[in-house]
Amino acid sequence: MSQKERTLRILVAKPGLDGHDRGAKIIARALRDGGFEVIYTGLHQTPEMIVAAALQEDVDAVGLSIMSGAHMTLFPAVIDLLKAQGATDVTVFGGGIIPQDDVPRLKELGTAEVFLPGSSTQTIIDWIRGHIHPRQAA
Amino acid sequence: MSSNTAREAKGKAPAADPRRKPTPPAPDRAEHPSWSREELQRILAEREAWSAGELAEVLARAPRRRKAFETDSGIPIPDVLDPASLPEVDFRRDVGYPGRYPFTRGPQPTMYRGRLWTMRQFAGFGSPEDTNQRFKYLLSHGMTGLSTAFDMPALMGYDPDHPMSRGEVGKEGVSVATLRDFEVLFGGIPLADVTTSMTINASAVIALAMYVAVAEKSGVPRAKLGGTVQADMLKEYIAQKEWIVGPRPAVKMMCDMIEFCAREMPRWNPVSISGYHIREAGATAVQELAFTLADGLEYVQLLVDRGLDVDSFAGRLSFFWDVHNDFFEEIAKFRAARRIWARTLRERFGAKRRESLLLRTHAQTAGVSLTAQQPYNNVVRVALQGMAAVLGGTQSLHTNSLDETYALPTEDAVTIALRTQQIIACESGADRVVDPLAGSYFVEYLTNEMEKRALDYIHRIDAMGGMLRAVEEGFPQKEIGEAAFRTQREIESGDRVIVGINGFRTEADEPIALLKIDESVARAQVERLRAVRSERSAEAVKGALAGVERACRDGANVMPPIIEAAKAYASLGEISDVFRKVWGQYREEGRF
Repeated sequence: MSQKERTLRILVAKPGLDGHDRGAKIIARALRDGGFEVIYTGLHQTPEMIVAAALQEDVDAVGLSIMSGAHMTLFPAVIDLLKAQGATDVTVFGGGIIPQDDVPRLKELGTAEVFLPGSSTQTIIDWIRGHIHPRQAA
Repeated sequence: MSSNTAREAKGKAPAADPRRKPTPPAPDRAEHPSWSREELQRILAEREAWSAGELAEVLARAPRRRKAFETDSGIPIPDVLDPASLPEVDFRRDVGYPGRYPFTRGPQPTMYRGRLWTMRQFAGFGSPEDTNQRFKYLLSHGMTGLSTAFDMPALMGYDPDHPMSRGEVGKEGVSVATLRDFEVLFGGIPLADVTTSMTINASAVIALAMYVAVAEKSGVPRAKLGGTVQADMLKEYIAQKEWIVGPRPAVKMMCDMIEFCAREMPRWNPVSISGYHIREAGATAVQELAFTLADGLEYVQLLVDRGLDVDSFAGRLSFFWDVHNDFFEEIAKFRAARRIWARTLRERFGAKRRESLLLRTHAQTAGVSLTAQQPYNNVVRVALQGMAAVLGGTQSLHTNSLDETYALPTEDAVTIALRTQQIIACESGADRVVDPLAGSYFVEYLTNEMEKRALDYIHRIDAMGGMLRAVEEGFPQKEIGEAAFRTQREIESGDRVIVGINGFRTEADEPIALLKIDESVARAQVERLRAVRSERSAEAVKGALAGVERACRDGANVMPPIIEAAKAYASLGEISDVFRKVWGQYREEGRF
């Protein structure tokens, strides 16, 4: 890892209406303790709000946390909006209450990784270190 | 730092508001000890001899598995407990008899020897037709009360066609928008005979109005309706995070509803003061106990401040606890809760009626304790937790289904969950005895410790000016966030073992069947809403919504105009829009 590489910036986002933010907050804190710059959107975000925050904060990746079962709608909505804004190099990953069966389809739709219930924060930190790199300045 | 605050708080509670009387502390010694001083000294001497003898001998060869043992809330567990561990317990004052003050042993004298607890499985998904069918299935399998889960749009005050409802319609509960949906949801169910619990908070005033409207249309007067709306708004800002407007107007509408029910719906529980979500958000058992009781005490204070006689409504307040893994601590939590509530209602609020003092509760096994890995293990977790709730003396119980870490339960999974309760009730023997763990040195010790620690928190909250202030300042939210992070660290370090997560793992899990809600539900719900909008009288709706707005602005009781709006087929989203117009949409900062 070169010294010049800047710290990764991660947006932890809560799309949809569910208010279960224990996971999102634990992840945000663990990522911050793991050495990343972390921005947390707060609850009840529309895909439009999440993408606006991602662009404004110039993040390298967006981690979506969702427990309501709306992941098949909201994950692709975020990915498509990022694409539409030309931000194809922002990695989207996520986790929450997501049945295993839905994972292949979410990946086809452009989700880089899906962390299921019981994943440790260290697993997520290691994955980010291995898979996400600072975006090139535009 | 935090203990300083607690000490300062004790000295000066109550804070600014002179109308607020102090919450009584836990007694620190027995007035009438069960053991003579001489006998206690002999017991202590015997304990010391045992410590220096048998215990020390074994420890020299085989040390304890851990340096120190404690409950999940951090209450230390000594090597052994005996009568000398309980110097403050006064049997008649603190333990006593079931159905008698301070109700430590249960709210009724006969408990399950008289009537079993209500087996109430929470159900709701998809369209009102889907849920109506599930209700009828569960009633035909011996369930004794309905419990309705609403979808996220309904909980947040959005109609199914609102952009915020994208992907969410019918997913985590049943989708409802107008009285037409309620007519389908409760179609063919005798509303005068069943009790119905509705898990809804920010829009509870609307859900109750629609329930009253649907019942009255079928000829059942509101006074005959039995059931509960959750309607506990403080815990929304603390933990569950489903809201429309901010804490003050939300709590105000809630108090309107409690007042309305006290006048017109004598069989209705207008609030279920809930620890469940607080616990699921990561709180410890002590925090769940403390924050939930503090929420309840705040509602009582606000209603008394309105000029209501405490005995006119306190008997209709009910509670809802989580039942987590730490078996004995959970049992102690139920016992401590009843004692604190009874003492506080009598000593702080001067309640006199027996019904005002006794804490009645629903309980649900801990969803957060279930694992997606090796999901059949969840059946065992639920059985243990369900047993703890019964030994703690719950009045009503929901046992979780093994698949609830993924989705709402399938019919097969919910049947096993209901059978688990029936096995506890019919086969374990727990139904034959009242408060069987009373007098257990350990359980009485834990009951006292839970009570003391919860009261420490409650006194700190009193010193902040009450729970509404504490919530606005983010105090309970922060305490819970810390506890959740600590627990996660304990799991990741291996200090706390969860079977299938960080111990006893298997390579591949057997897949289980899951309930999926497809998008056709959303389309059908949007179509029905459009049809209702075109059939109803636009004039009547406009007039009814104006009535709701007037009540909101004038500070009048919002319930009567909301019932009128429901009867005019105004939608849940339209009524919520009035709240947003008057008070603004609430947003929480993204702090972590």
